[in-house]
Amino acid sequence: MIKLGKQTYQLEKDISVVTGLSLVGQKEGDGPLKRYFDFVEKDDKMGEKTFEKGERHMFVKAISSAIKKSGFSNEQIDLYVGGDLMNQLVSSNYTAEELEIPFLGLYNACATMTESLIIGSTFLETGGLNNVICATGSHFSTAERQYRYPLEFGNQRQSYAQWTVTGVGASVLSSVKKSKVKIRKFTVGKVTDFGICDIANMGAAMAPAAMETLNAFFKDTNTTQKDYDLIATGDLGKLGSDIFKDLMQEKGYDLETNYIDCGHMIYNIDQDTLQGGSGAGCSAVVLNSYILNKLNTGEFKNVLLISTGALMSTTVNQQGDSIPCIAHLVLLEVE
Amino acid sequence: MNKYARNERYVAYVENKSPKAGWFESLFHAFLMGAAICCLGQMFSDIIRSFYPMMDLLTVGAWINIIVISLTIIMTALGVFDRLAKYGGAGTFIPISGFANSIASCAIEYKKEGLVFGIGSKMFFVAGPVLVNGVAYSLVVGIVYYIISLF
Repeated sequence: MIKLGKQTYQLEKDISVVTGLSLVGQKEGDGPLKRYFDFVEKDDKMGEKTFEKGERHMFVKAISSAIKKSGFSNEQIDLYVGGDLMNQLVSSNYTAEELEIPFLGLYNACATMTESLIIGSTFLETGGLNNVICATGSHFSTAERQYRYPLEFGNQRQSYAQWTVTGVGASVLSSVKKSKVKIRKFTVGKVTDFGICDIANMGAAMAPAAMETLNAFFKDTNTTQKDYDLIATGDLGKLGSDIFKDLMQEKGYDLETNYIDCGHMIYNIDQDTLQGGSGAGCSAVVLNSYILNKLNTGEFKNVLLISTGALMSTTVNQQGDSIPCIAHLVLLEVE
Repeated sequence: MNKYARNERYVAYVENKSPKAGWFESLFHAFLMGAAICCLGQMFSDIIRSFYPMMDLLTVGAWINIIVISLTIIMTALGVFDRLAKYGGAGTFIPISGFANSIASCAIEYKKEGLVFGIGSKMFFVAGPVLVNGVAYSLVVGIVYYIISLF
């Protein structure tokens, strides 16, 4: 592995993204990306008694199906890395217990997908192991309970709020099995806090973190937005991505036609999700459906994915602290 | 530029950039919804009084509360109330319907954690602060009222 500049690393081995699998809830399945998803679940409890059990069930189904789709067996997967939004990463922990794959639990809120890809590919780069599965997800109903109000409580959301994506995305990475899509470089983000305290306005809180990471990547690699077919941020939403574009413009990068935000594109405007999707599942399902699909068909040659995470805790937020955010970047390339 | 100045500038920029809820529209919706709930209460009051003309107003009021609370709880359980509240805002929250919804929705949400530590301890999660504030402010108002009444 070669260090480029301050925060960016280049992988020397061929690390392939063998398969991506996405499992989403009905609301996401009704959105504009429906034809790219592998599974759309009508019942967001997955036949279980609680939403928490349902989320766990989604993880198990998505990961097992991803491993099957990649042609491996559970025993051939050396490591499972990933996380979710629940306290103590309950969904991932119970999933790992069921799958019996050695597990590293990660938490970077909604940036956990790229964090998993970074950890997974770094492990593969060391050469001690061959196959890794990276999986993250979130669930609207469990996140609402943990971070906000009971589901049936009648209140009005702020017009700048977002909607937590129900879904799990899983990617199988391998250093032995080859595929078209490779992970080439990544940038490890710094925790960034520009003083936003309103937990409903996560897009605005996270946009500076995305800007810092993308800016660092461009500087470290000596490239600009023109060198990439697609630049995708994780879950800034409509407002957050507008702010992000403004911030990038201040740095001298004009993001226009090749820029998307996974949270903004996952729902239709009439689905009443205000600024769009958020959550650890957001960039995970868009990466493992739309983005990998377009890379595999050759429509995109290289894609920068910047998952963004608001590392907030309702406890310290109520004590008046602002929201620390992080963004990690991964460069995916087609051979 | 130091962090403090940078953050101050950024927060002001975000404030300006974030979409604002149209206050006239919100007020109008709240007015409609609040008025609808009050008209409903009045309708029940008139019906009750037409059957029991001798009933005193306090008792009629108690019955109206019982009816509105029951209707709210049923609508909360059916998953309809939160949609009405999204439209009506304070119009649905300020009447007793909002209070009933806040308790019923918590009871539904935390049922899975058991009767005592789930429903029992978390039922007033949303309504609790409203109660505490209500009591605290009435105490202040009561003291002020008492002092004024001395003169």
